[in-house]
Amino acid sequence: MTAHPRIWHLVLILSIFSTPLVIMYVYQVIDSIASPDPGSLIPGEIDLSNWRFLWERIDMGRPSIWMVTFNTFIFASTTAFLVTLLSTTAGYALSRLDMPGRPYFLGGLIILHAFPTITLIIAIFIILQFLGLFDTLLGIILVKAALELPFGVWIMKGFYDTVPWEIEMAGVQDGASRFRVWWELVLPQVKPGLAALLIISFLSGWSEFVLPLVLAPGSSTQVLSTYMNAVIQDDASADFGLFKAIGMFYSIPVIVIYLVFQKQLMNIYGGGTKG
Amino acid sequence: MELRLENFTKRFGDVTVIENMDLTVNSGEMMALLGPSGCGKSTTLFAICGIHKMNGGALYFGDRDVTTVSAQGRSVGVVFQNYALYPHMTAEQNIGFPLKVQRMPKAEIRREVERLADLVQIGNLLDRRPAELSGGQQQRVALARAMIRKPDVLLLDEPLANLDAKLRLEMRSEIRRIQRETGITAILVTHDQVEAMSMCDRIALMRDGKIVQLDTPEQMYRNPQSQFVAGFLGNPPISFLPARADASLTLANGQTIERPPGLEAMGDVVLGIRPEHFGPQHGTGLKGKVVFVEPQGREELVDVRLDGGGDIRSILPAGDPIRPGETVDWGIAPGTILAFGPNGDRL
Repeated sequence: MTAHPRIWHLVLILSIFSTPLVIMYVYQVIDSIASPDPGSLIPGEIDLSNWRFLWERIDMGRPSIWMVTFNTFIFASTTAFLVTLLSTTAGYALSRLDMPGRPYFLGGLIILHAFPTITLIIAIFIILQFLGLFDTLLGIILVKAALELPFGVWIMKGFYDTVPWEIEMAGVQDGASRFRVWWELVLPQVKPGLAALLIISFLSGWSEFVLPLVLAPGSSTQVLSTYMNAVIQDDASADFGLFKAIGMFYSIPVIVIYLVFQKQLMNIYGGGTKG
Repeated sequence: MELRLENFTKRFGDVTVIENMDLTVNSGEMMALLGPSGCGKSTTLFAICGIHKMNGGALYFGDRDVTTVSAQGRSVGVVFQNYALYPHMTAEQNIGFPLKVQRMPKAEIRREVERLADLVQIGNLLDRRPAELSGGQQQRVALARAMIRKPDVLLLDEPLANLDAKLRLEMRSEIRRIQRETGITAILVTHDQVEAMSMCDRIALMRDGKIVQLDTPEQMYRNPQSQFVAGFLGNPPISFLPARADASLTLANGQTIERPPGLEAMGDVVLGIRPEHFGPQHGTGLKGKVVFVEPQGREELVDVRLDGGGDIRSILPAGDPIRPGETVDWGIAPGTILAFGPNGDRL
């Protein structure tokens, strides 16, 4: 990378502050594929046995990694789908329809978004227990989606707000029903928002830890974050190489998604579409 | 098709924007709704196309009462100020959308789109998206889309406001040509009196939710029924001078001019003098001093401050070497003075 001469000192400062991070990531990668040398920073020989969790059970009590990965995928994708679907319709209603109590609804969204969800965990636990959804994937999917919704609705409302009214008026004048106008004329204008929201809520679901830990502690509903937690808590054999390898495995999809969808993700901060 | 608005009333909350308005647009006619912003002209337009519900009155397209018909059910084409083209569709898809909604077969849509594209002269741009079109081309696409359903009425909401000066001139005559060629009944909403006068058969001049005068452009210019109408039409605008009418007209500054024939009023009046009716070619009578000269190429605008007070504007052919500070003694063309009563009504 070539830095502009006038900003070289900025680059320097940034480099100094991010060095610890970079070192951590480097060792995360190195240690996951090398056998550790106690007391030394220089890794020993290459050792792929840390990745053994991929093809064998690391111990009898644990579900297979593929089962856990599948759980995580189902959890994250269903949540993302639910959040996007509901935000798309709710955002439109809040942006366009003159419904009673709209300002309070909008204010409520902001408060809910800022609300520390962890304080709700006991109440949610009781509700799930009551509904018989405790320790089920469906239960944590519903909870996660509900907690993500305020953010999603707010973002989608922002995207709808940038679509000119006249487009809808023109559509109605051209003879199309309100639903058709929304589906065929408005929705394409907010596609970047949809894509970004889908990806962001997927990633958020993928990295969720507290909800599955508390609300779905059983091994059949384990997701990757709780699986890692269980591995590190197993004090009989603290295998850091294994832990790091699982960590790598866990973060690869996130990295790939970021690399592939960078542009779409930036949209959410860019504030919408430009004609 | 004839359009008739009877006793139209529109309220937003407690605010009555328009009360008991009547308007008839003849079949094939192009009517301008002209007025300053906030006069209710756009509200009227949106009520005609069905986007706003009417709070009172009735709307007829021909003999058909469409007062309660939804916007989708009315046969109205609208061109919006910002064109409102669908950004994700090509020009062809944009123009064809109203027919697609009607489930017309594809081949037929294609044929209709081409017919309209020829009419508005954008046949070679059909596969472009709106972002790849210039303002004038977008305008043409919007016009084609509004007309493809063969609507009963074409509504144009400030269609030229977003164009630069040169394109505006071009589109002005284009829209008029297309309207004449198709014989469609059209309503043009605008705040620009030049647009209204140059494009339309008749003008409905609105103020505060009421039509203050409905006339042909020439009549409205020559024969305004109130001081507001006289002041709104004409560029450069008319000059107003307060005066007292008895044996002759005595201006506030003491200078007198002859009573125009036909004026019977006595007492306090306001005289309206258009800039083209005041100048050295009309003799003498009003003494003053030139305070400002604005060259406009072909013509010059000259502001004259009369001795004793009062400003009056003149428009003269360029070339006369007139400088600010010069004293002048110019006259008013006989029979052109407009007189208004204290309440603004024409006398």
